[in-house]
Amino acid sequence: MSAFITKRLLYTVVILFAASLLIFSLYALTPGDFITGNIKLTPERKAELREIYGLNKPVLERYAIWLKNALHGDLGYSMAQQKPVLTLFNQYIWNSFLLAAVSTFLTWVTAVIIGCVAAYKQYSWFDTLVMVAIFAAMSLPSFFIGLFLIKILAVDWKLLPPGGMIATGSQATGLAYVKEVIHHMTLPVIVMTIMGVGSLARYIRGSMIDVIKQDYIRTARAKGLKERKVLFTHALRNAMLPAITLVGFELPALFGGSLIIEKIFNWPGIGQLYLTSFGLRDYPLLMGFTVLIAILTVIGTLLSDILYRVADPRVRLQ
Amino acid sequence: MSTIGSEITKAGTAGTAPVRSSMWRQAARRLLKNRLAMLGLAVVVFMFAFCFIGPLFSPYTDNKIHLAQMNKPPSPQHWLGTDALGRDVLTRVMQAGRISLTVGLASMVLSVFIGSLLGAIAGYFRGICDQIIMRLADLLLTIPGLPLLFILGALLSDWKVPTEYRMYIVMLMLSLVNWPGLARMVRGEVLSLREREFMQAATVLGLRNRRKLFNHLLPNLVPLIIVIASLNVGGAILSESVLSFFGLGVMPPTPTWGNMIDSANNMIDFQKRPWLWIPPGFSIFATVIAINIFGDGLRDVLDPRPRK
Amino acid sequence: MSDLLEIDRLKVYFDTREGTVKAVDDVSLRVRRGETVCIVGESGCGKSITAMSIMGLVGSNAAAGPFVDGQIRFDGRNLLRLDRNELRTIRGREIAMIFQEPMTSLNPVLPIGEQIMEPLIEHLKLSRKAARARAIELIRKVGISRPEQIAKSYPHELSGGMLQRIMIAIAISCNPKLLIADEPTTALDVTIQAQILDMMRQFKADSNMSILLITHDLGVVAEMADYVVVMYSGKVVEEGEVVELFTNPKHPYTRGLLKSKPVINQRQDELYSIPGQVPNPLELRPSCYFHERCERCMDVCRTREPRLREVGDNGKVACWLYEEAVVHA
Repeated sequence: MSAFITKRLLYTVVILFAASLLIFSLYALTPGDFITGNIKLTPERKAELREIYGLNKPVLERYAIWLKNALHGDLGYSMAQQKPVLTLFNQYIWNSFLLAAVSTFLTWVTAVIIGCVAAYKQYSWFDTLVMVAIFAAMSLPSFFIGLFLIKILAVDWKLLPPGGMIATGSQATGLAYVKEVIHHMTLPVIVMTIMGVGSLARYIRGSMIDVIKQDYIRTARAKGLKERKVLFTHALRNAMLPAITLVGFELPALFGGSLIIEKIFNWPGIGQLYLTSFGLRDYPLLMGFTVLIAILTVIGTLLSDILYRVADPRVRLQ
Repeated sequence: MSTIGSEITKAGTAGTAPVRSSMWRQAARRLLKNRLAMLGLAVVVFMFAFCFIGPLFSPYTDNKIHLAQMNKPPSPQHWLGTDALGRDVLTRVMQAGRISLTVGLASMVLSVFIGSLLGAIAGYFRGICDQIIMRLADLLLTIPGLPLLFILGALLSDWKVPTEYRMYIVMLMLSLVNWPGLARMVRGEVLSLREREFMQAATVLGLRNRRKLFNHLLPNLVPLIIVIASLNVGGAILSESVLSFFGLGVMPPTPTWGNMIDSANNMIDFQKRPWLWIPPGFSIFATVIAINIFGDGLRDVLDPRPRK
Repeated sequence: MSDLLEIDRLKVYFDTREGTVKAVDDVSLRVRRGETVCIVGESGCGKSITAMSIMGLVGSNAAAGPFVDGQIRFDGRNLLRLDRNELRTIRGREIAMIFQEPMTSLNPVLPIGEQIMEPLIEHLKLSRKAARARAIELIRKVGISRPEQIAKSYPHELSGGMLQRIMIAIAISCNPKLLIADEPTTALDVTIQAQILDMMRQFKADSNMSILLITHDLGVVAEMADYVVVMYSGKVVEEGEVVELFTNPKHPYTRGLLKSKPVINQRQDELYSIPGQVPNPLELRPSCYFHERCERCMDVCRTREPRLREVGDNGKVACWLYEEAVVHA
């Protein structure tokens, strides 16, 4: 087990270095930078700024500097916002996390229930209905369904606010503030849950269908256990084993926010920050964000592997 | 205990012999019986007909600007109203569909081609080929997809490609982002096929690599590739719409479903003129769900592995 | 001795794409208290499905379950008429079952002890603590040492023989009146087989429990059975007391089965095997289903189905050979 983890960690670190170099080079190749785009500056001032930010050095040298700083916990300084990148991340990431955590939780709860019941009643009309709904959820363009719901629920029926995290100019504090945030996050959470529930419910349904056919489920029934117990203790535990590996893959989404949803709902999260910065070519921030997600992705993958080994007694001891 | 029936049907297809034509015929028969999948296919065919043949019946295909007809809501003349330049929205949805469907199909073909080829090579030859290809795939899979598409979009924009050719750029971008996942799947399948009896028999018979690869391995990969391909089209259409919505995909005046929804970014269009952006959104939805349902039906009859 | 279990004209039909499969067709049998009845037959003859029907486990997870008709009377109740909850209180408590594959019949992610405790908690309403103590006692009872440690282990850590003992421990945990054993020793090593059979016999003797044993192994039948039922293609072709059936088999199929069993000290040049194959269950026409493989096939066998009727003392056979004997006598 520990040999496995060591080997995987080593590979992970190598991949991360390669990925960060690739990302850095790609951003370096991307046309335009923050200084070029700023029309208020004189050519002399631009050259001076390039010198200060080290933008005229070769790519590899710039990467080396960036990497050295990054390893010391310094992701650089946002040119557009004039703040350290990490400070900005800390400011925005928790907004994203709030949205992602709530919707991930709802997604899993809904998907497990729907998946189990559909599998249990395989080929029934309920199952067919669920399958069609699952396909519908998997086929929705997230930005469109977001816009559509805003139009219907917020603009036309005025049930929910169309976007943002708090009402414009709101001075609410304490409980009133919490209520306001909940009110604002309802729509984006609904959309994110719809987007996530489809594939997960389908996965759990498939997994459950395989498990329900197993001999030990027959044994559990032969023992005279209640169907609920057969389904949720005996079947679900086995069906969730492969699904547990998916938990790790949620990690980048939890902290990386959703570019599309945050843009549509004007949510002050890190995805929104990324999009704004992309337009401004604020490279330190873009680089920091992309590498952060890459790190979360590899950690998530690693976590999945480890979780699987911990959860399954058959692999646990090997 | 309901396995009795399936055991009987399995008896006909059991065995690991190379794909036989009877398998295809049987798959087709079973597919025809899957009502949901057939409904999906019907919708896909309808969408293609709607987009490629539909404009022939429209009197508004000239794309001329009619200032007198600006921003009109749906009416008997213009079923889905007109846009800011007085163009018929229904006709534009059809024309946009042509581009969106073409981009979806073409980028699927390209990424499936690259992914299957590299995956098959990696799985078949193993060793250094496998290492290089799969490490590259791992690398690309580590970089978050949407930002990668954004960077690629910005990079390729720098080529100053004329807008009417931008759709080719978009195809290229989507394929670049999509192939690693496909390569992984194909490689996994090749690895398991390698170990099967008929491949070992081919080795024992002393068949050459090329012959083994093309006569014995590839035919057995075809079902998986078809399944991957069909499920990939939907994803490609969705990705294209996202990119175009963010202004990094195909750009106006070339219409696509994605960039038509872009008009929702305008506050007044969004609130007061839903006919501009809701029809393309539903077109995407209808097409993708139909493709996915049909693809799932295909998987049911073609994928020999247990469903997950 | 009164009847504990009485199956009367049981029919279990499955609808498949290719047609109806009559897996169990008009099967009647009875098990008395304290008796061991064996159902013998080749795989696919419907013996397992008969057993599953008693437990109500046939097609329990398919929306389109099989067509089931007839009566299964257990201790005065028709099991086929009970609702799910009533049936559940009988399963595991009054009728217990062990299966062919011990390796897959236990839940891989739950500890062994937990799986033994479940029916104790469910049926006997024991507390978790009492159930745990009883589970450990049961593990010891089925001859496994270090029961505390075994209770904490997972199925993959144990051998097939040990798992089958655990299955028996689960089965006897609530002192059932009937134990159904579906090929309990088929998947095990020969040396282990004897131990498992001994154990079942011993528990039966201790508690006056009845056993319905399903097997294709005549050695097991000779060892265990009081009464034998021979099935072929979903039908009972012969039944009788074990000694009578072994010494004086009537149906050509039973004779074939007995002939194909190797006997020590009587080395034959070639082991006998019944020629031909079991007929396709989709292509059964009115006939004796065994006629294609029968050495003594007559014209009537191809066109008419023989009825199961009493021949001799307490034995029954479904074969035209004896039908005629009856007619001409």
